[in-house]
Amino acid sequence: MWVYEKKLEYPVKIKNCNPKLAKYVITQYGGPDGELAASIRYLSQRFSMPTEVAKATLNDIGTEELAHLEIVGSIVYQLTKGVPAKILEKEGLGGYFADHDRAVYPVNASGVPFTAAYIASKGDPIADLVEDLAAEQKARATYENLINMTDDPDVIDPLRFLREREVVHFQRFGEALRIVQEKLNERPFYIKKPEYAEVSPAANVSPAANKSPAANVSPAFQKK
Amino acid sequence: MFDAREKMLKEIMALDFMAIELNLYLNTHPCDQKALMIFVNTAQRARLLRDNYENMYGPLTAGASNSFPWPWIESPWPWEA
Repeated sequence: MWVYEKKLEYPVKIKNCNPKLAKYVITQYGGPDGELAASIRYLSQRFSMPTEVAKATLNDIGTEELAHLEIVGSIVYQLTKGVPAKILEKEGLGGYFADHDRAVYPVNASGVPFTAAYIASKGDPIADLVEDLAAEQKARATYENLINMTDDPDVIDPLRFLREREVVHFQRFGEALRIVQEKLNERPFYIKKPEYAEVSPAANVSPAANKSPAANVSPAFQKK
Repeated sequence: MFDAREKMLKEIMALDFMAIELNLYLNTHPCDQKALMIFVNTAQRARLLRDNYENMYGPLTAGASNSFPWPWIESPWPWEA
């Protein structure tokens, strides 16, 4: 469960409205590499993770992404607050205004509504964590695109914070992936191969012990 | 520029952010004693500052609401700059 705290993870205080920029920033609310997709992706994947580290990492990063969703929503809200309909229309938000007024609604930069197809939850820990590494990089690239499209320091500041978090999350997911790989590569034998087995390879040693570690193969697959 | 409430809230936000960052780091480095010490210290400082803030300006979580009338619904909400 979650407890709401009446504060943002990072402050958003924008003095000048900029509906054109809001139209682009909103993709990090409801777009393919946005924070909504990120939080649902990680919070869904955590259920089927095989290690304590991966469960905790997905749980906590998924939770932080909800705080990022709130930051992006705040940016969009403040960029469009009180802007007259005529100006919204002129700045490219006419279609959005027709359907949603100035409400915050999850769409990408082209106005396409959020879809669950943006997330992946495969049940295979390697597939899921590699997906997450890519997701963090795609989000970082998107934030860099957004930063390159604005001159307003009030907007750049929180966007830079969000970009940096993608870099940190990438690092933590990489560590979680390494630990999962180490677990999957463990050999299920608890004594060292005795010296005499070197002489007579078949003796006392299961055939599986002679195989190279099953790199990156999920436990379910190994059973087959 | 900032009023006193906002300044204090920002200090809490900074400490809470440190705790988030250390939390994620400790998830993958559970045996880093130095990081754990910094985490415990940061969380404690955040808790103290939060208690002071809530006594002065109102609850940061619904569970910390302890005055009449129900104070949780009072503005400002975080997205209202």
